[in-house]
Amino acid sequence: MRFITSEEISNAVKNLIINSSVSLPEDTYKGLKQAFEKEISESGKTVLRQILLNAEIAETENKPLCQDTGLAVFFVEIGMNVAVRDKNLTDAINEGTRRGYSEGFLRKSTCDPLTRKNIGDNTPAIIHYEFTNGDKLRIMYAAKGGGSENMSGIKMMRPSDGKDGIMDFVVQIMQAAGPNPCPPNIIGVGIGGNFERSAILAKKSLFRKLGERNSDHELDEMEKIILERINNIGTGPMGFGGICTALGVHIIKEPCHIASLPVAVNIECHSHRHAEITI
Amino acid sequence: MGIKKITTPLADDTVLSLKTGDEVLISGVIYTARDQAHFRLVKLIEENKPLPFDIRGQVIYYVGPTPEKPGEVIGSAGPTTSYRMDKYAPILMKLGLKGMIGKGKRSNEVKEAIQKYKAVYFGAIGGAGALISKSIKSSKVIAYEDLLSEAIRELIVEDFPAIVVNDVYGGDLYEEGRKRYENKYAVND
Repeated sequence: MRFITSEEISNAVKNLIINSSVSLPEDTYKGLKQAFEKEISESGKTVLRQILLNAEIAETENKPLCQDTGLAVFFVEIGMNVAVRDKNLTDAINEGTRRGYSEGFLRKSTCDPLTRKNIGDNTPAIIHYEFTNGDKLRIMYAAKGGGSENMSGIKMMRPSDGKDGIMDFVVQIMQAAGPNPCPPNIIGVGIGGNFERSAILAKKSLFRKLGERNSDHELDEMEKIILERINNIGTGPMGFGGICTALGVHIIKEPCHIASLPVAVNIECHSHRHAEITI
Repeated sequence: MGIKKITTPLADDTVLSLKTGDEVLISGVIYTARDQAHFRLVKLIEENKPLPFDIRGQVIYYVGPTPEKPGEVIGSAGPTTSYRMDKYAPILMKLGLKGMIGKGKRSNEVKEAIQKYKAVYFGAIGGAGALISKSIKSSKVIAYEDLLSEAIRELIVEDFPAIVVNDVYGGDLYEEGRKRYENKYAVND
């Protein structure tokens, strides 16, 4: 059994959070740059130019890319031969979140859902665990903004709705979202599992690198069709009109109940901040 | 079409001269307020109590900035989604609010109030908080400090970049822009 101290985890989490708040990942930057070259709308081009400029300013001036520094979302893979010392893993990640948002001068956005009182340190983080072989701990992090999250949706579809029904649903969600989720977006789609699992799959699909193809041929085809349909809506960058409404569509599927077809659509904004570390 | 320079507080003439799609650079004082600040402002109005600032002619910016680092005027400060303030905006326009800066669609009630009370809704670029912060020259919390990022701040801005989304003539950039580029995407890879 290999041991990692909770302090090492908290520090790693803190650094992931601070660095990704100011530094746009390479895949996102590349996706935005390609969108800029492809966009035919003048205002769309202007918006994309400013978004790219914003990324440069954020990096050089060490200033958050966006004031919504998100809820801290983690997907953690725990090797079966690794254990955490001193504190449990959840507490260690929350401690790192607390430090990251405080020391990085990031906005604290968690609040009580009813009183709306701010918690003050951006905890609790949203953490999903999976177990794997080996003795490593892989921590994948994303700062998830509220604007795009709010436009997401889930539907318990009928099995008879099939692939066409699923694709229609994703497009409808993007039509209804319009300019609100800060397009151009990345669209995460979770098909199958059950009610809550489909939403987790949708979120997880956002961690796939932008521009990387789906290894499942059928899903790859669906992604292409949905992307084309979304970019034909006309919403464009920040909704001012254009052909770049989505940078990518990412689908994950899992088996579901014979009576069900759960589909979740999780929208991600253009400030697609994600990073990971393996300890 | 050139970029229009406008100053706050907004005079009726200025509001009337603005058309959907106009790019503007805003200078002067603007006030920040988002969800919780709006909730409190409207509660004050319902109780016939004075507001923390004179709202007549003013512009409200829907934003909750990141905390400023030592030596900084303000942190990252881009717009938040405006529809969450739709319930409150007509009440504030009735009292003389002339401009709102945010991102995203407004309700029909807000669009009608914009026409009725002669106001204007500007869109700023969401997710460009570092860039936008450069046009903010000073920032002072004037109310609700307990709300942290949601407190009301008085900002002095210089050439704050925005675009007119909803004008007094009923124009809506989101609808017009979308229609113009509907079915214009072609796959070429």
